[in-house]
Amino acid sequence: MTTDYLFKKIDKIRFGVISHKMIKKMASAKIVTPELYDKEGYPVDGGLMDTRLGVIDPGLKCKTCGSKLKECIGHFGYIELARPVIHVKFVKIILDLLRCTCQECGKILLPDEYIKKHMKKFSSIEKRKGQKFKRVKVKELIVKLKTINKCPHCKAKLSKIKIEKPYTFYQGDKRLNPIEIRTRLEKIPDEDCRLFGLNPEVVRPEWMILTLMAIPPVTMRPSITLESGERSEDDLTHKLGDVVRINQRLFENINAGAPEIIIEDLWDLLQYHITTFFDNNIAQLPPARHRSGQPLKTITERIKSKEGRIRHNLAGKRTNFSSRTVISPDSMLALDEVGIPKEVAMKLTIPERITEWNFEYLKKYVENGPKKYPGANYIIRPDGKKKKITDETKEQLLEELQPGYYVERQLLDGDVAIFNRQPSLHRMSMMCHRIKVLPYLTFRLNPAVCAPYNADFDGDEMNLHIPQTEEARAEAEILMQVQTQLISPRYGLGIIACNQDAISGNFILTKELKLSREDAIQLLASIGIEDFTNFSNSDIVEGKDVFSFVIPKDFNFKGKTRAGEEVVIEKGKLKKGFMDSANLGSGSGLLIRNLHKNYGSAMTIDILGKLFRLGIKVLLKYGFSTGLADTDLPEESRDKIKEILSNSEVKVDSLIQSYVKNELNALPGRTVRETLELRILETLNKARNECGRIVFKTLDKNSHTLIMANSGARGNIINLAQMASCVGQQALRGERIERGYKDRTLSCFKQDALGSEAHGFIGRGFKQGLKPHEFFFMAMTGRDSLMDTALRTPKSGYLYRRLANSMQDLKVEYDYTVRNASKKIVQFTYGDDGLDVSRTEGGNINIKKIIQSVL
Amino acid sequence: MANSIFNEYKNKLPKKIIEDIEKELPKNISSSKLKIILEKVYQEYLNSRVEPGESIGIISAESIGEPGTQMTLNTFHFAGVAEMNVTVGLPRIIEILDGRKLIKTPLMEIYLTKPYSDGTDIKKIAQSIKQTTFKDFIEEISVEITEGIIKIKLDEEKSKGTDVTEKRLNQVLERVLKGYSIKKQEDTLIIKSKSKNENLGEIYRLKEKIKDVYVSGVKKITQVLPVKRNDEFIIITAGTNLKEVLKLDFVDKTRTITNDVFEIYDVLGVEAARETIINEVYKVIENQGLNVDIRHIMLVADTMTFSGKVNGITRYGVISEKASILARASFETPIKHLINASLVGETDNLKSVIENVMLNQPVPVGTGLPDLVTKIK
Repeated sequence: MTTDYLFKKIDKIRFGVISHKMIKKMASAKIVTPELYDKEGYPVDGGLMDTRLGVIDPGLKCKTCGSKLKECIGHFGYIELARPVIHVKFVKIILDLLRCTCQECGKILLPDEYIKKHMKKFSSIEKRKGQKFKRVKVKELIVKLKTINKCPHCKAKLSKIKIEKPYTFYQGDKRLNPIEIRTRLEKIPDEDCRLFGLNPEVVRPEWMILTLMAIPPVTMRPSITLESGERSEDDLTHKLGDVVRINQRLFENINAGAPEIIIEDLWDLLQYHITTFFDNNIAQLPPARHRSGQPLKTITERIKSKEGRIRHNLAGKRTNFSSRTVISPDSMLALDEVGIPKEVAMKLTIPERITEWNFEYLKKYVENGPKKYPGANYIIRPDGKKKKITDETKEQLLEELQPGYYVERQLLDGDVAIFNRQPSLHRMSMMCHRIKVLPYLTFRLNPAVCAPYNADFDGDEMNLHIPQTEEARAEAEILMQVQTQLISPRYGLGIIACNQDAISGNFILTKELKLSREDAIQLLASIGIEDFTNFSNSDIVEGKDVFSFVIPKDFNFKGKTRAGEEVVIEKGKLKKGFMDSANLGSGSGLLIRNLHKNYGSAMTIDILGKLFRLGIKVLLKYGFSTGLADTDLPEESRDKIKEILSNSEVKVDSLIQSYVKNELNALPGRTVRETLELRILETLNKARNECGRIVFKTLDKNSHTLIMANSGARGNIINLAQMASCVGQQALRGERIERGYKDRTLSCFKQDALGSEAHGFIGRGFKQGLKPHEFFFMAMTGRDSLMDTALRTPKSGYLYRRLANSMQDLKVEYDYTVRNASKKIVQFTYGDDGLDVSRTEGGNINIKKIIQSVL
Repeated sequence: MANSIFNEYKNKLPKKIIEDIEKELPKNISSSKLKIILEKVYQEYLNSRVEPGESIGIISAESIGEPGTQMTLNTFHFAGVAEMNVTVGLPRIIEILDGRKLIKTPLMEIYLTKPYSDGTDIKKIAQSIKQTTFKDFIEEISVEITEGIIKIKLDEEKSKGTDVTEKRLNQVLERVLKGYSIKKQEDTLIIKSKSKNENLGEIYRLKEKIKDVYVSGVKKITQVLPVKRNDEFIIITAGTNLKEVLKLDFVDKTRTITNDVFEIYDVLGVEAARETIINEVYKVIENQGLNVDIRHIMLVADTMTFSGKVNGITRYGVISEKASILARASFETPIKHLINASLVGETDNLKSVIENVMLNQPVPVGTGLPDLVTKIK
């Protein structure tokens, strides 16, 4: 690899319409025959695959520049059209030009003094407000001029110009052929062009009518050789073949003096072929097709849409040195590590430059070669030549090796890699990890970093990229490493935090657990703590003390648990309260946020990793599982629930009764029927909530299911209540279930039944099992929510794309204003105070804490 | 004493932080300690500031786009008031950011001035705002084909509780029906054309027209609902007409709002429109139980409004204002942009992100920003 210096930089790109002179000038071949290859299979001179247009076959040399395949970028050619043809993409502006200029003298239909006035106005608008506003003004002018029927200059009477889409013009009833149009356009003076928003330096109106056509280089439309040895040409070549063929025929017919009708027909055909060459998706034209019936992909289709050149190839890049497999968890890894299989480590490489000082070190890898880990796969000579290391070449390469060479060595522990999971919705979806080479075939990551990636281990796959240059590595390490991403820029709190088992483990540990000294030390040793000099000497150790041993000795913290109880940490000792998701979990994690504030990111991820492991190890020791018995209710509360449900049933029935008797009072703005529905929903929801409360009250506080719900590790009371007592009302679009058969939801109900059961209320828990109709109602809502997700994803994806596209240029300038790419001010200070959300605590500076620290 | 110390930091710290400090400070603080506090806060502020070059736009876009996947699509949800439909969730966010002129569920919150906000006569006031049309007061309207007349049966029950009288209804009718005679027979009105050759189709059309004749209230307000909120009564309406409502004398003009961004823009201007965008988006996100910092929403609202009018985040709005051709082309309708650019001979100065990505050059944000400058002798 040679050092890449940036010699040239593209400063700007100017757009324009290509002129006929220019087409001819830049062309290196004139195409005259539709044939592609001769009998031997070599490209025909003057054909569409002419070697003067570039080469796509290995071995051939380009006749224009003399270079071989991949070196020659290709050259344009041209064909001379027998008759001029309109360029479809310019039809609109041609129509405007024809309508608003004189048919005799070619001047714009505006008296001289107005021309000057408008000119001034347009140029000042363009300067002040930009191209977009000028375009609006031009449009207004054109609308005004369209209806004028007498030339203010030569007083000629004008007839109406009509267009028959896509490209046939009529003047009155007479058809205008492209030759006539061209002569008309030629007459328009440069000055007047400007009033149409055209810049005569880059586009003359007559250039919109083609007399020559540029033929794109062969490299732009390569043919592929099929397995059978047959050649399959690109769509563009097919289309160009049509154009050349018809053009030749038209020439011959004109020269032979064929009747006008035949010439006209051929001319129209030529127009059609050239039109579809540019755009094969014009509403009024049948698209040109392959023999198989599939439409050809011509120039417009190549550029357009998600799979087009711009979005697919230009804005989207692809990389080498990347890898993808299934992920699995490994809590013994550090948070900023990623475990990669040895097989992957041996394929992916990092180029390292040989110097005097690392010569021996790199030589070792070359000696190992590609098959013995840790080895090297390639060496790169100073001239840029890449050599593969094999058993045969190894000896010779080793001798050749000297400072200045690069060795592409295999990955080692500690190398940096960028780890990514799609959809990459925020910057934490791509983070930099340190590599750890491990056995087996999956990528391993610490489950604590699942949250930012939104990953789980049900078969998810992730991508790994190896930065190849020193700059890329530095940037990745400083800007993208996991510890720099601890605090989400979305809300200023931690997203990388404990989850699930880690939370319930710490919950159990800090709430009630007492351990023997031996157990405690074993526990702490298993999470990676080695120094026990300051550990308590008593035989029984409190769980709180075990937890406290992990956090720094000088840490003070005051917070609240989920339920609002006080949590106090003084001098690194958990004095009061216990840990749950409010302090450890992602999206809140105040404890972790404070650790980050006080000790910085490196220490935080170390502590976080330890806490995570601590939680898991506690569960391992303590034993933790959830079972059916967790949702067992005593007789008495079962009766209570039964009573609540039957009470609500009665209430609903009485509501229905009053509705039937027409005694129900409508809520304002609602019909009586809607009121009934609302009242029933209200009653039933109340019943469900009450059931939940009873379940919560009666269940054993130490049951594992409840521990999970209480600590915020997973699940909530509603889930529990649904299992134990009552699933509740199934709502479809915010209403009770209404659809199904005529006047009823299912055939097992009476017609017009309004009762709770007939409209999707499920008055029993999952443990008791559902009746068939209840199961069916659940399936209905389940399907509805599936639909919802399926419809939502593309919608929110599009919203995100639009947001990203419209705001990607906004950045903070050195004067702290937020400006867009044209340096226009969007905000005077970012967010009115200039704070970076990812450096704040939930969006604010913690003033309270500062004041307390001073007092 | 304390004031002078504060004054020193007034230009250094944002107003909100100063206010927060004032709020949190204990009463009798010594000036030396206050100084330490302020200095510490200032240091903290400097540490928490955004860094120049930070591509804040992308961060905001991500912060709003990412939770979008977690939002519900259900349009009909009951937010706040049980009796009124409000668009919530993703559709509402899309609606606001699109800059749609017609929103799905326009809504107003009308605050009342002192004596009225206590709740006396609240129902009557509410009813007086609601738009009524002629069909709200009739029992039956029919056409007698043989005679070519329209018969209207008024329903007195329906006009009870409003200040619409029969006289007023007659006046309204007379204004609309020029060239027709109105006769009263018992409780029915008979409308007959004065000219001889009446056309049956015309009469039918007239019948439909009469039904929709505006009678009283504020136009476009289709539903009213008095609600008690924090010790005072407010009126929530479906349908908005801010301009007319603000003309009513019992309305508190300082607090009454609508959720229609464009209406706010027309009546109160861009700054108010920006504020409405922020509030409405924030409300939806909060409602969904998601956590997005308000600064991100502010930035979106500012990109929509910084040009002086409300632009949606669409190819016709914000994105069409971009200077770069390639940036516009990479979003939607690339051919259109390329053709228009070539006709004018536009130049793309490659100043924004996406063009430089396309050309494989460093992008002008973040670490791509610094450059070396050399003096050539």
